[in-house]
Amino acid sequence: MMNRQREEEIRAVLQAVDDPELPAVSVYDLGMVHHIEVHGTIVSVVMVPTFAGCPALDFIERDVKLAVEEIDWVDRCHVQFSFQHQWSTEMITNVGKEQLKKHGISPPPENYRPGEQWTVNCPFCGSAYTSMENIFGPTACRSILYCRDCRNPFEAMKPVIQYGSVSQTY
Amino acid sequence: MERGEKEMNRIVETIHEAKENRAYLQALKELLYQFADDDFIVSYRGSEWLGLAPHIEADVAFSSITQNTMGHAVMYYRLLEELGEGDSDRLAHHRLPHERRNSVYLEKRNGSGTYLDEPHFDWALAVVRNYFYEVLKRVRLQAATKSSFVPLAQIAEKILMEQTYHLAHWKMWVEQLQQSTEDAKSRIQERIEEAWLEFGDALQLGPKGDQIVQHQLLVDEQAMYQQWMKEIEATLDVIPSRPLGKRLGDGRIGEYTADLEQAISVFAEVYETDREAVW
Repeated sequence: MMNRQREEEIRAVLQAVDDPELPAVSVYDLGMVHHIEVHGTIVSVVMVPTFAGCPALDFIERDVKLAVEEIDWVDRCHVQFSFQHQWSTEMITNVGKEQLKKHGISPPPENYRPGEQWTVNCPFCGSAYTSMENIFGPTACRSILYCRDCRNPFEAMKPVIQYGSVSQTY
Repeated sequence: MERGEKEMNRIVETIHEAKENRAYLQALKELLYQFADDDFIVSYRGSEWLGLAPHIEADVAFSSITQNTMGHAVMYYRLLEELGEGDSDRLAHHRLPHERRNSVYLEKRNGSGTYLDEPHFDWALAVVRNYFYEVLKRVRLQAATKSSFVPLAQIAEKILMEQTYHLAHWKMWVEQLQQSTEDAKSRIQERIEEAWLEFGDALQLGPKGDQIVQHQLLVDEQAMYQQWMKEIEATLDVIPSRPLGKRLGDGRIGEYTADLEQAISVFAEVYETDREAVW
């Protein structure tokens, strides 16, 4: 089997490894998988952490390692978190966004500028008539909002994008 | 000196490269200890507030910021571990007070009592301290994105993305309390005056400051001070007229108070029961 096919196989496996704090959203669809390398029967997966203080990182590392080592031709899988590339909420895939909504979590806004207020539509009814209750939520990566149309509280992925990627004065 | 100057304009891409130049390594480690110990002690004091903030949303916000900030400290301690300083858990929990480099003001107790027993903590201190610190942290991190040590520049980029929210939160508290009741205004002002006498060492780089700047690890103290002051002046209604002081001592040269010893005795308690434990 070619390396390319093997990488595809691993990618498919990673699409089924869920984030421990966001069940049914995979670490792949959250954009945490940076790259995969295959050397014979040894696999290395380089990942980018979401928030620095995220306590789930150790669990994610373990879950990814175990899932990849389930593949019959894999002897060992090394998982490494790298800070050479910064995770941003722009890396969440379209599948990831849809999965988030199913769990009452809105995907991050697309036009966010660091330091500015932002808003998102309700994941349940789609209304834009929402209010920010707390920018800080139950985990580092989520905020708490309220929908004034369907009267449901909901959460949203807190947008983070690279500081250097917007041209504005600070 | 000529040879030295040539070396100084070099970009240092890896841990391995940093270890090859002894003078560079010393300056780098000194700076990383300041970053790590500041984040660690300020988030420890933040953690003591858990469940005690003025209302539930403030509590969620403060604990989230604190957890995140603790994560930032971990990143620096791990970098120090890679640079040969030993296990990162040990660096956080097992160093003696005089080995720590945090600003003394950041170790100051939240108030009287402890988080378990009669915690009479002062919210005005929490607001002023965290606001002053987050402004400094932003200034420092922005400078660190241009650091000659690439792994530090990368970490700085990462932290800045998250820290935007922390700074905005504490700035909001300062602004709102300044426009609140007379009681709130005077309490905030009192803590600002106090911070003015004590925050001085936070804006300094310690005895290796010159080397830190020469090796282009960070900007100099003057540049940091100006940037910090610009933001502070834009936010505070009344700026104390005297220069910033170091009444409690200078943490950058290893000075500390009994408050740091108290903090260590609490946060290292579990670690000391079993240093080999795997979490």
